[in-house]
Amino acid sequence: MLKNTTPPEFKVKIDYQRCRRCKRCLQNCSFGVYSFADRVVPDHSKCVACQRCVGYCPESAIEVIPNPAAFKYSSNWTPEHRKNIWKQSEQGGMLLAGMGCDLPYPILFDSMLLDACQVTNPSIDPLREPMELRTYLGRKPDSLQVETTKDGKLKSKTHIEQQIKLEVPIIFAPMSYGAVSLNTHKALMMAAKEVGTVMNTGEGGLHKDLYAYGDNIIVQVASGRFGVHAEYLNAGVAVDIKIGQGAKPGIGGHLPGEKIGMEISKTRMIPIGSDALSPAPHHDIYSIEDLRQLIYAIKEATNYKPVSVKIAAVHNVASIASGIVRAGADIVYLDGFRGGTGAAPTVIRNHVGIPIELALAAVDDRLRQEGIRNQASIIAAGSIRSSADAAKAIALGADAVAIGTAALVALGCRVCQMCYTGKCAWGICTQKPELTARLDPEEGAERLTNLLRAWALEIKEMLGSLGVNAIESFRGSRERLRGVGLDKQTLDILGIKPAGR
Amino acid sequence: MSKQKVKIKADAVYYRQLNEQIRKSIADGATEIELTGVNGQRYIGDGLHDRVKIIMDGVPGNDVAAFMNGPTIVIKNNSQDGTGNTMNDGKVVIHGHAGDVLGYGMRGGKLHILGDVGYRVGIHMKSYKDKVPTIIAGGKAGDFFGEYMACGNLILLGLNNTADEPLIGNYTGTGMHGGVIYIRGEVEAHQLGAEVGVKELDAEDHKRLKPLLEEYCADFGLELDKVMDKPFIKLIPISHRPYGRLYAY
Repeated sequence: MLKNTTPPEFKVKIDYQRCRRCKRCLQNCSFGVYSFADRVVPDHSKCVACQRCVGYCPESAIEVIPNPAAFKYSSNWTPEHRKNIWKQSEQGGMLLAGMGCDLPYPILFDSMLLDACQVTNPSIDPLREPMELRTYLGRKPDSLQVETTKDGKLKSKTHIEQQIKLEVPIIFAPMSYGAVSLNTHKALMMAAKEVGTVMNTGEGGLHKDLYAYGDNIIVQVASGRFGVHAEYLNAGVAVDIKIGQGAKPGIGGHLPGEKIGMEISKTRMIPIGSDALSPAPHHDIYSIEDLRQLIYAIKEATNYKPVSVKIAAVHNVASIASGIVRAGADIVYLDGFRGGTGAAPTVIRNHVGIPIELALAAVDDRLRQEGIRNQASIIAAGSIRSSADAAKAIALGADAVAIGTAALVALGCRVCQMCYTGKCAWGICTQKPELTARLDPEEGAERLTNLLRAWALEIKEMLGSLGVNAIESFRGSRERLRGVGLDKQTLDILGIKPAGR
Repeated sequence: MSKQKVKIKADAVYYRQLNEQIRKSIADGATEIELTGVNGQRYIGDGLHDRVKIIMDGVPGNDVAAFMNGPTIVIKNNSQDGTGNTMNDGKVVIHGHAGDVLGYGMRGGKLHILGDVGYRVGIHMKSYKDKVPTIIAGGKAGDFFGEYMACGNLILLGLNNTADEPLIGNYTGTGMHGGVIYIRGEVEAHQLGAEVGVKELDAEDHKRLKPLLEEYCADFGLELDKVMDKPFIKLIPISHRPYGRLYAY
């Protein structure tokens, strides 16, 4: 390998006056920054600013700062471009990235504002009025016929397909066991159970210990079919077919053999040390008809559980979604280009796909125009950062949102974006036992439960101010959104008015 | 308790109802089910895990034995696409030709086809512990045979194949990173994916092949000697890690 000439991204400053040489930083750093020679010596080039050492230094003697190394200023040739070229000219490979796109594309959620009631239309106080966040995901009938039973109760005469009951309109996004640690999976499942929502297994199968959480699990089937068998398909409340991922539309997954240890091997059902390749297309799906074949193969194997189809938000997303619904999917999962990943080529993560806000609005519009919106629920994902993003997504037409990165941040993730190295110092995106032990699933579940509780309170507060008492009445209420600083065409696609109108 | 051998008439029965009847019969204790009049119904045997035998006379629809985990299915006719999709265990015996994408992601069990097979047969085949899947096709095969194959045995016999027709299509073993493909006959270099190499069979291979072919011959009443009268070649991946040096860190 050629000599590395790239300047370090960060500088690790140690206050030697405060440092008591306890070496806790050496133990905590999983990127090998520290060595000890009479005193703690950092190798700046290895630091990724994950903040683990900073948080665990008992003397607060460590500071990680951006390397002020002077690059001659150019707004065009940013340090990022230069550093990437140096790296690639040394190694001759594609750049890898973890988490979602970090480039400053416009974030439309931040250019939309919610409405509220004043004077003539009363708001609702969620503290003393019932406020309904319960949502059902799944196919709804075109019409409903109701009959009265002998004991005077009302009963549906119409057959209603199986539904997934969510107490909050927020689910945990698919993150595979293999990408994330088993403790991460456990924390997500325990929290999902506690809150009354679901987590999606991702494409790496479901660990034997976790089958007990079936009522709060959606199992995923991807092109590699890892760990997929009839028992797995029946383990959860629904099955998700992964076609694409927002962070890497049209790109497959690749879990390198080094990460396939004993437990991953058992769960994915492949030999230890073998590469797990999930190519971009399912090689048996080249059309909507082929997709329909897989949807119904899964339905036949699961006594007609709801089937979800997850796609990346791409240019033509509306007609693709229409095809997916017509293929028989009960849920369409849309993942915007800012969605996270454990590993993706940086060039794809940063430059492919479209924002979830536009994709969601376009899909909801198309399904309504075609009169098939009731046939499937929509889940929106791809960087839902707060309850406000969730509420705006629901106003744009989503039935629920999915959170991946936000959940990991709750578990301790510092968004250092080094997920693809497998060295996560916080024990999340790693399989190294000494690192995974750092994440206590019980504590993690408590943090996640707290997060969803907090967001639920905030959503209720927002609904109250809008004078709406059920999330299902709020879905698709674009009239309650206004755009600020958006051009006419963007407003048109979002189906919202500019603020002031 | 109903009788162990049952007959189900599939004539003009929609697949959903047909598969319901099959599952009900198994729940009622059937160990052998004969389907008559099968005509394109999909998903027969989908997700079944009991030790049951299903025999049918007509041509079933796509995805026979998808996610299947144990039963034996005998098709006395042709079979269509997707047979053995993500199959975990069991056996499918096809007394005719079979379509595309057979045994996708198959993890265990056997697919025995007497005739020709289509495109993308045996792709993503895996194995796990004692489960090693085997597909044996008696005729010729289309493109992408064994694509992305990770484990298992994929065998192409080319019985009754004339010299002027190709035994196999192009891109054979593209992306293959495990398992083994045995072909009775020759394959030209341009028909192979970049990730596979051609080898001669050694004693281990013959030891592995013999019982597999014996069972295959027994299923169709073929003579093993006649199957073995022509030399086989072996295709294995050149590297277990065909996708190294892709990334910069």
